[in-house]
Formats: sequence, structure tokens, C-alpha cells
Amino acid sequence: MMFVAVLCACAICIIMLVVRASKGPSAFDRILAVNSIGTLIILGISLHGFALGRPEFVDISILYAILNFLGTLAILRFYPVPDASEENKQ
Amino acid sequence: MSLILDIASIICFIIGAIAMFTGSLGLLRLPDVYSRIHAAGIIDTAAVGFIILGMMLQAGLTLTSAKLALIVLFLFFTSPISGHAIAMMAHKFGVEPNARQVKASKIGGKNG
Repeated sequence: MMFVAVLCACAICIIMLVVRASKGPSAFDRILAVNSIGTLIILGISLHGFALGRPEFVDISILYAILNFLGTLAILRFYPVPDASEENKQ
Repeated sequence: MSLILDIASIICFIIGAIAMFTGSLGLLRLPDVYSRIHAAGIIDTAAVGFIILGMMLQAGLTLTSAKLALIVLFLFFTSPISGHAIAMMAHKFGVEPNARQVKASKIGGKNG
């Protein structure tokens, strides 16, 4: 029962973060919000497993943590870097 | 014994949920990328730490508990790295801090 309550809190927080990810002024706000959504989904997967009485879901949760971190770094790595000529103009 | 563990894990869940709400509200309301990274750090450390501590109390001394500890350890290492990478790239791309609060306090200091 308490797992379901914490799952509801996770859902409300994810809604707030989705609002930030949809209206974030820069791309970095969106990346940050999606990273935090991933963290809350890690919690949600584990809590869902505990609420169903099947704690094997924790394995999926570890995998999701690794994918979340690598995804964030990959997006930041392959984002187009601004030109040096533009900096020289300023 | 089971009742004590239940109460302890419920307390952990409540503290974790409060931290989670604080972090999400900060990410929604703070004025700036650089200050929003701070709110994301609250979610990644306090909320995840306390909620997973509550789940570990429920799981007992089993393999599941070790896996949950592994998740906390992994997030403790990777959350500062991703936050630092986001801050570095935002700084490189010229995202400026929203200095509205700082300017207001400076003006007040000059007048006073």
C-alpha cells in the first residue's frame, strides 16, 4: 500500500518535470528535466516491482540507470558545437 | 519487529517524497539552468537515497537489497557527472545566468 502511495508521488513529480521539459527555454533545461524524469522512473520501476511482490524488477532498474546516464552524456557529446568564428565576431 | 521496520520505511518514504517534491518544484520554478541543476541534484541524492533506503528496509538482508544499494552507489557517482556536463555545455553555449535577483539586491545595496 505504501509503495502505491510513493508511486503516486512519483507520478505527480514526473508531471511537473514534463511541464519543465516541454516549455524549457533552452535545450539544456530539457536535457536536465529528461534526466530527472529518468531518475524518477528508476524509482518507479523498483517501487512497481515491490508493489507487485516481484523484486526482480530491480535488475531492469539498474539497466535503466546506466542507459539514462549514457543517454544524457551522448546527447551532450553529439550536440553541435557553436562555431569559433561566431565567438570571434563578438 | 515487522511493525518497527514498516514504520521506519514509511518514515523514509515520507522524507524521500518530500525531497522529491522539493526537487521537482525547484526544477519547475527556479529561474535558471544553473540553479535548476541544483534541484536535480536534490532528486538524485536525497529522494533516491531515502526511498531506496525504505525499500531496502522492506527487502531485508537479501540480494535485492544489495542491488538497490548498487543503484544508489551508481547514482551517487553519475549524478554529479551529468550535472557538471550539462553546466559545462550550457556555459560553453553562452546560456547566461538569470541575474534578476542579484541585480535587485545590488540596487538595494546602492540605495541603502
